[in-house]
Amino acid sequence: MKAQHSVGIVVPQTAHFSDPLPLKSGGVLPRYDLVYETYGTLNAARSNAVLVCHALSGSHHVAGVHADSGAEGWWDNLVGPGKPLDTRRFFVIGVNNLGGCYGSTGPNCINPATGKPWGADFPFVTVEDWVDAQARLADRLGIERFAAVVGGSLGGMQALSWTLQYPDRVAHALVIASAPKLTAQNIAFNEVARQAILKDPEFHGGHYYEHGVVPTRGLALARMIGHITYLSDDAMGQKFGRALRHDKPVFSYDVEFEIESYLRYQGDKFAGFFDANTYLLTTKALDYYDPAFDYNGDLVAALGRAKADYLVVSFSTDWRFAPSRSREIVYALMHSDRRVSYTEIDCPAGHDSFLLDDPQYHGILRAYIDNIRL
Amino acid sequence: MSFQRYDYDVIANWIEPGERILDLGCGDGSLLRYLSEVRQVRGYGVEKDPERVLACARNDINVIQIDMEEGLAGFDDGFFDHVIMSLSLQAMHNTQGILKEMLRVGREAVVSFPNFAYWRHRQAILNGHMPVSKNLPHQWYNTPNVRFFTIADFDDLCAQEGIAIHERLAFDEDKVITDEPNFLASVALYRLGRRETPTG
Repeated sequence: MKAQHSVGIVVPQTAHFSDPLPLKSGGVLPRYDLVYETYGTLNAARSNAVLVCHALSGSHHVAGVHADSGAEGWWDNLVGPGKPLDTRRFFVIGVNNLGGCYGSTGPNCINPATGKPWGADFPFVTVEDWVDAQARLADRLGIERFAAVVGGSLGGMQALSWTLQYPDRVAHALVIASAPKLTAQNIAFNEVARQAILKDPEFHGGHYYEHGVVPTRGLALARMIGHITYLSDDAMGQKFGRALRHDKPVFSYDVEFEIESYLRYQGDKFAGFFDANTYLLTTKALDYYDPAFDYNGDLVAALGRAKADYLVVSFSTDWRFAPSRSREIVYALMHSDRRVSYTEIDCPAGHDSFLLDDPQYHGILRAYIDNIRL
Repeated sequence: MSFQRYDYDVIANWIEPGERILDLGCGDGSLLRYLSEVRQVRGYGVEKDPERVLACARNDINVIQIDMEEGLAGFDDGFFDHVIMSLSLQAMHNTQGILKEMLRVGREAVVSFPNFAYWRHRQAILNGHMPVSKNLPHQWYNTPNVRFFTIADFDDLCAQEGIAIHERLAFDEDKVITDEPNFLASVALYRLGRRETPTG
């Protein structure tokens, strides 16, 4: 076992873009910022860059720690010296997507046309738009071709989309706990989350910034719904079961069962820092993602442009993006004559398994990444 | 990885350069690695065991972790030139189902298995014990094998299922056996195809 450690203190950087970005919705972002972090060193051949794409609530802060807050990157167990994505070999980039709330241009930023926060007027952004913006950041950093693009969940959709939008600019895609498109059930959960936010009296049509309020109740509720779908029934049962606060029912709507306490805590915590408009935009980006849409639903035809090699990973207890959804991607890639490997990791933690360091999971990632030729 | 297994050369001889190959129960991927080196095949392995899947990833082999006992529903008809199952058929429960699936997704199937009627195995039974040999290395109580059959049995099954035997080679270790294979051969390799109308 190689010694593993953190990349240490990291400092986010900001790239300003003044070329308008045309969006899939028909809108245009006249100018925008992308906040990003990098770990490791770009080699002389510029062949060792890896892009890590974040999911619904993730950010550019993938690895290392921020000096001021002490906050650790959300995928720190994967990225660092001696870790499966080894920063002694690779130059790793994390970027906050457009519409985000961690520093990249999003609804909480000033709309240059009005001088007020964008709010609900921020244009709809899609997975494809994010990839376009990431490609411009790659241009800025002098990266012609990524050795790999990696992502879990919504991040996996970006990795897949990279290989279709920029087939010559990606050698490998690691698509983890993802799906080729959302099911009706997936969209249904997203819609309930959105309604919770949209119906919060403090939402003010998305212009709550100007009222000095935040739709925290709606956002917390949205996060609670999300959390249920990230965990497996078994994991929730093992962690909380039917454990009671007061050892016996007290017939109250206050917190009685421990799972209630957990969900309320997670919801409130999230509502304290995340932006409700970003949540709305991001769930819509998930809903709209469907690379086969323009090919009459034929995913094999949609993947015909791809030139990358792929690793697809699913988790046995993930019911949000079940293993069968990953297999759809795998079979379509295989029938498109792409090199692809697929593994279904036996892990009890549901969708969130992709953030854990299960030995089999990280073993496969390490083995696959070690074989990437630079 | 070793390329020592004598059956690899036989299989390679049945495969044209650049073919699409599916290897069911691919282990650590060494056969696919060999075929990609000597025949430049576009190969995919199917493997259920997590350790072997990891070994395939280390060996840079395309591996798909599914349980082939559940069939090959995700694989299109006739996509592969050859579907291989090397020394694994005896460990499968759904023998007829998997043979049918192999010939659905592949133009031809290549199957090898240990011959339970090999004379040393017969001798072991005569002496009152289940055979243990190079090709049947396990004891009766820990063997992964669940189907115990002979070359003659497999020939009968092919006739019954409408499977065409395009070629059959039998071996005792690395020696080709032409006379009395069901008695003298420890392993058999078959190249199988679809018959237009089943005879059985």
